Amino acid sequence: MRPLPAPLAAALAALAGVPALLARQAPRVLGFLRGDPLADRAVPPSGFTASLTLFTAGAMGFLAVFALALSLATDRLAARWGEELAQTATLRLPALDGDQATQTGTALRILQQTPGVAEARALTPDENRALLEPWLGPDIPVESLPVPQLVAVTLTDDGTFDAAGLTARLEAELPGAVLDDHTRWREPLVQAAGRLRTMGMVAMLLIAGSTATMITLAAQAALAANAQVIRVLRLIGARDIYIARAFVRRFTLRAAWGAAAGTLAGLLAVMLLPTSETAGGFLTGLGFQGWGWLLPLLIPPFAALTAYVSTRSAALRTLRAQP
Amino acid sequence: MIEFQGVGYGYGGRRLFSGLSMSLAPGSFHFLTGPSGAGKTTLLKLCYAELRAPEGRVTLWGQDARAMDRDAVAMARRRIGVVHQETQFLDHLPVAENILLPLTVAGRLAEGHGNLRELLAWVGLASQAGQLPPELSGGERQRAALARAVITSPEVILADEPTGNLDWEMSQRLLTLLVELNRMGKAVLIATHDLNLIRAAKQQVGARILRLRDGRLQAAGADL
Repeated sequence: MRPLPAPLAAALAALAGVPALLARQAPRVLGFLRGDPLADRAVPPSGFTASLTLFTAGAMGFLAVFALALSLATDRLAARWGEELAQTATLRLPALDGDQATQTGTALRILQQTPGVAEARALTPDENRALLEPWLGPDIPVESLPVPQLVAVTLTDDGTFDAAGLTARLEAELPGAVLDDHTRWREPLVQAAGRLRTMGMVAMLLIAGSTATMITLAAQAALAANAQVIRVLRLIGARDIYIARAFVRRFTLRAAWGAAAGTLAGLLAVMLLPTSETAGGFLTGLGFQGWGWLLPLLIPPFAALTAYVSTRSAALRTLRAQP
Repeated sequence: MIEFQGVGYGYGGRRLFSGLSMSLAPGSFHFLTGPSGAGKTTLLKLCYAELRAPEGRVTLWGQDARAMDRDAVAMARRRIGVVHQETQFLDHLPVAENILLPLTVAGRLAEGHGNLRELLAWVGLASQAGQLPPELSGGERQRAALARAVITSPEVILADEPTGNLDWEMSQRLLTLLVELNRMGKAVLIATHDLNLIRAAKQQVGARILRLRDGRLQAAGADL
């Protein structure tokens, strides 16, 4: 299994600390989830803000599944492109430079002696024909054409291959031979995949930010709608945290339920996407593989945490403005 | 318990009062009177730290109100029962739950259930316990507010025009309730310009009468 990309690994490491934190705070967390029915009753149900929070969390959960899937798919793509091209090289022997068979033998001997080369193999006429077929059509008489001889080189993954050293030796022994270690192909592809992955991460951050903003606005609307309730509770000696808790708990649970529903819908949608086997192409690879299917399960608790932090902050800020 | 030392307050450049000093001691009974706009309600709000005095010093149980944080203010308010001029309830909760609210927020609800029935009977609301506040008459709301103010057995009871919405008979009844509480050792401060109420009270209790006029607090006596 490939290692996780650094930002995802960091996010997972941060989230991995959550269970330990929850275990330490279990009594408080359970108390929070259980709530105080009397305190909850003191704050009346807050109408449209409940639906707004549920809908927002649901929509954001749904989008987060796709952003996560995009991020993971581009990571896989970058890794695949990188690996496939990084561990191979191609040696091209010119067509019109003397005896091609002798040159091929020399090239294979040199390659076999080169550290970091796992395997070197000259392409057969059939393989050459297959490569040229998209341009020249089938049944090409490859043997009669001045086609360069290609040697496919597979590299070891221990990093000992020295492309510059091999090029220098080839220049001395096989002038005209060209070694292509795929760097100029690999770099833009890996870079493009990396940018797509960054976009996926940015999309997730934007989703988290938008969720926090929307829930903060909903919480502020609920607090404003309950200004009289808050005033009465303060006058009879309620502490800010008592009043805030009723709002915070309500919004946290709504965000968790909304995000859970959105995540479930998102996962179903991802499962219904056509597979790469049936359709091919990059976008059809958008999905989860292996442990990746577990990652979306973090979305509802993350949405709840976002709602908890943003509502608590909004509630305490609003309450502090009261006498 | 509550002390004012040289307190001044004003709104929007208009000075309501200044150099105001007074003390609410356990078992004391005060009437606060004066013309409308003299600052009676403001003075009461300073007592429970809804307002902070920019001049002078208000102390609640020895703590300077200006230096109290919000939790300390909440704790002090649990020792004060307030009957507001415009009674304020949570309209979605029945009367009984509204009366129990101060105990609920203080985490002392278990203490209240035994007293609730007796208290409801005492304020004459036994049959209205399950009704919502908007369904009560003005007088019933005033009595419910009084019940809520005393459910925690506070040390101080502040009442702002508590008889404003009541007929004479109901006013008498409410006064009797406050006098009874005072006899139980509670400090009572009633802001009112109902002189008949003050005269009636003087026959029942040794009330001290304070008059807020021209920005000063004066002791009033025989002229009332």
